[in-house]
Amino acid sequence: MKNADAQFTVNGQSVKVSVEPRTSLADYLRHELKLTGTHLGCEHGVCGACTVIVDGAAVRSCLMLAAQADGCEVVTIEGLSNRDDLTPLQASFRKHHALQCGFCTPGILTTAHVLLSEEPDADADRIRDVLSGNICRCTGYVSIIEAVLDARSAYGHRETET
Amino acid sequence: MSVPARTGATPNTLVGQAVERTEDLRFLTGRGTFADDYEPAGVLHAVILRSSVPHGHLRSIDARPALTMPGVKGVITAEDIGPAIPTIPLRLAPIAGLEKYLQPVIAHGKVRYAGEPLAVVVADSRAIAEDALEAISVEIEALDPVADWRASEADRCLLFEENATNVATRYSAQIGDADAAIAAADYVRRETFRAHRHTANPMETRGAIAEWNVADGRLIVTAATKVTFFNRRLLAKMMGLEESAIDLIEIDVGGGFGVRGEFYPEDFLIPFAARHLQRPVKWIEDRREHLLAANHSREIDCDLEIACKSDGTIVAVRGKIYGDMGAYVRTNGGVVPAKAAQFLHGPYRVPNIKVDVAAFMTSKTPVGTYRAPGRFEANFFRERLMDMAARDLNIDPVAFRRKNLITEAELPYSIGQLVPYETPTAYDSGDYHACLDRLLEEFDWDKKAALQGKAVDGRYQGLAATCFVESGGAGPRENCKFILERDGGITINVGSSALGQGLETVFAQIAADAMGLPFDAFTIRHGSTTLVHEGFGTYHSRALVMGGSAILDGAKNMVAAIRAAGAAQLGCAPDDAVWHDGHIAVNSGRRLGLGEIAGGAPDGTPLSADGTFANTKRTYSYGAHAAHVAVDARTGHVQVIDYLAIEDVGRAVNPGIVHGQAIGAAVQGLGGVFFDHLIYDADAQLLNASLVDYLLPLATDFPSVRGVTLELRPSPSNPLGAKGAGEGGIVAVAATIGNAVAAALVSLGVEPKELPLTPPRIWRLVQEAKARLSASKS
Repeated sequence: MKNADAQFTVNGQSVKVSVEPRTSLADYLRHELKLTGTHLGCEHGVCGACTVIVDGAAVRSCLMLAAQADGCEVVTIEGLSNRDDLTPLQASFRKHHALQCGFCTPGILTTAHVLLSEEPDADADRIRDVLSGNICRCTGYVSIIEAVLDARSAYGHRETET
Repeated sequence: MSVPARTGATPNTLVGQAVERTEDLRFLTGRGTFADDYEPAGVLHAVILRSSVPHGHLRSIDARPALTMPGVKGVITAEDIGPAIPTIPLRLAPIAGLEKYLQPVIAHGKVRYAGEPLAVVVADSRAIAEDALEAISVEIEALDPVADWRASEADRCLLFEENATNVATRYSAQIGDADAAIAAADYVRRETFRAHRHTANPMETRGAIAEWNVADGRLIVTAATKVTFFNRRLLAKMMGLEESAIDLIEIDVGGGFGVRGEFYPEDFLIPFAARHLQRPVKWIEDRREHLLAANHSREIDCDLEIACKSDGTIVAVRGKIYGDMGAYVRTNGGVVPAKAAQFLHGPYRVPNIKVDVAAFMTSKTPVGTYRAPGRFEANFFRERLMDMAARDLNIDPVAFRRKNLITEAELPYSIGQLVPYETPTAYDSGDYHACLDRLLEEFDWDKKAALQGKAVDGRYQGLAATCFVESGGAGPRENCKFILERDGGITINVGSSALGQGLETVFAQIAADAMGLPFDAFTIRHGSTTLVHEGFGTYHSRALVMGGSAILDGAKNMVAAIRAAGAAQLGCAPDDAVWHDGHIAVNSGRRLGLGEIAGGAPDGTPLSADGTFANTKRTYSYGAHAAHVAVDARTGHVQVIDYLAIEDVGRAVNPGIVHGQAIGAAVQGLGGVFFDHLIYDADAQLLNASLVDYLLPLATDFPSVRGVTLELRPSPSNPLGAKGAGEGGIVAVAATIGNAVAAALVSLGVEPKELPLTPPRIWRLVQEAKARLSASKS
């Protein structure tokens, strides 16, 4: 079968893609671009570990074809921060012990980043609701919710006076 | 929760602090290296053809159509490996009989479960290998499957004809004379319980990358974990290699929970493929495969009797454990029924106990350990029966527990030899009563007790409190090696494995305190067989207890080595060289820093010191759980309004990490109670091998889970005083939720005895109870 061609940006860098049409965005990011921070936990769109940001939306890269990203801006976990500096969201995860094995963490960070970018005032219920598409087997989610809540100020959330 | 600033004058106090984890920096930025992230040059990709038939004679495999496909490099079947096909031996629980039911590394002659490996397809890419897999034709003459332990026991259809039975083992163990005590007791109740088949589902599936070096006949297998030294020993024997010709390398691991890192068929097949094809070969399991091929667990039936005096004093417990082992006994499969039997005892005074254990072979995926193996099940059986007994005897369930809970004055408390392959053991230390008191206080039990059994907004409220003991810290030894690097930093090599539990952080905390150096001075390398001469791995909550204690010994020896080296450089006796604040100082006022000492090594060999810790006594942590649930009798839905897990871990080196594991374990347990379920049909076919159909707890399911870590009584058997942690959060979840649901529905007389507690099951129990009530009224 003829290769599928596409052009898009990944973490700000332009890439020209010519791949087998069936190549998923996740496989392309991991195997061609060696951006292995995007993890595959189920490869059928349930676990959320492979979540990346496509044109500002949280997207499961195992369910999207690389060719479908034509013209899009893709951001992966590697693009969330400079190599050594943790973003406020990442630092909050570390502070709250919101990860253990770290395998689901990239997908949770990308999802939470999109959520807080759009809704810096999201409350615990809203955060739980949005993160219910990401499975974590280690933490039981409690510390993850605390970490996301605590990171809201960096996205413009203001504590309301009580 | 950051690392505190340290000055030379103050002693280090990192142990006991929720130090931020070293590991997190790479995990948060996408720089971890998990199995599929490692890709050597020229690597080929393997996929495994698995039997779709649960039981049958394997007549033929025709791989020729696959071999002609472009990009396919080889198809390996039993014929390529044989004539003798290795079997995978037991690592734990060597109970007589189990050794006759071991799994061959690849099916030959017969297949015994759907998912059993038949062939390995190796190709330039995983996609090509998967395409090729479809082109292989397999002929299997189907036999009747053995779907459950009752069918197994009937022996009408044999999985291993040569053994003449499907019953792999039966044994009994006892303390006192339970039969006589039950015969003479004021009160006896007998019930049948069932725990259901489910598994851990770590987020990262399994994987392996094998590299065969033709020139020097050496093999490197990357992405090993848990028990790397044991696995290397097996692999060497199976491959006909010296152990020293094999390196098993541990990289980042996406969760273990007991399931990952045991020796599976793929742990032979992938290295074999690499040597066979003389190319690096990578295998990454997909989720469907994981659910079919990795160890299942928890499928235990139990007949249980409790006998009491009329005042509620327990006089005897008698239990029969029926373990469904699946089609083969895997490395640690026997642990599951054996521990389900042993932990029927619990933290109570049980003068007479008898357990009968039987392990049955069925046509399902083989069984192994999953976090708190046997305990999750045993606590469910015992605590459920205790609440029924308390109700019969008209005693408050909490008072019933208090009456029978072992007191501190009775410790150490022998529980004899309830496990045939272990020496007699005893609960070591603790204040079980204080733990229960703390649970009730934290839970605000007295206030909430008024809700017991009441309907609020149409939902029945139920509360339960349960107690447990949990063993950890298995021996015999663990080792470490301290190495002084040229920059003055210290690398510590350890034989323990990191499965995501923050090992690098807690080991550095212990070493920093022991040597009086900053946390950042240490780099921890772990798991790989290249690092230390032997290691016993990470299971049974032993990494911190055993490995952490070895670190203390290594730190002591390293300080002695540094003093000797520094003294030699300064021309004084080692006794005159004082180790203080990262320097060697002598009376003359001269000082040497670690960098200077490292630079002064005479032949360039880095200064190093070994540490070891040997101990065969198990640690027994203990604790209590409480739950408040609301049950909708119309739908069978249960809401967990509040859940609290309390455990005394002796010493929490990093409370943040321990707390996180306690909460995570509790939520895993709640999943095990309500969702997780490997559903088989009557033909022994797994029906839900995807995460769409196999449900795991999500962020919305259990928002109100709390954990409290206590350090009431240190373990007397290791210098840290630590007891195994990380499993106490899950052990009593089924017990507690089962009792809370029963308490909620007490007016209907509903008694859950079988897991999982899905809405349809609870709804059915309610319907049956209502039918009984109306029948008794009419």
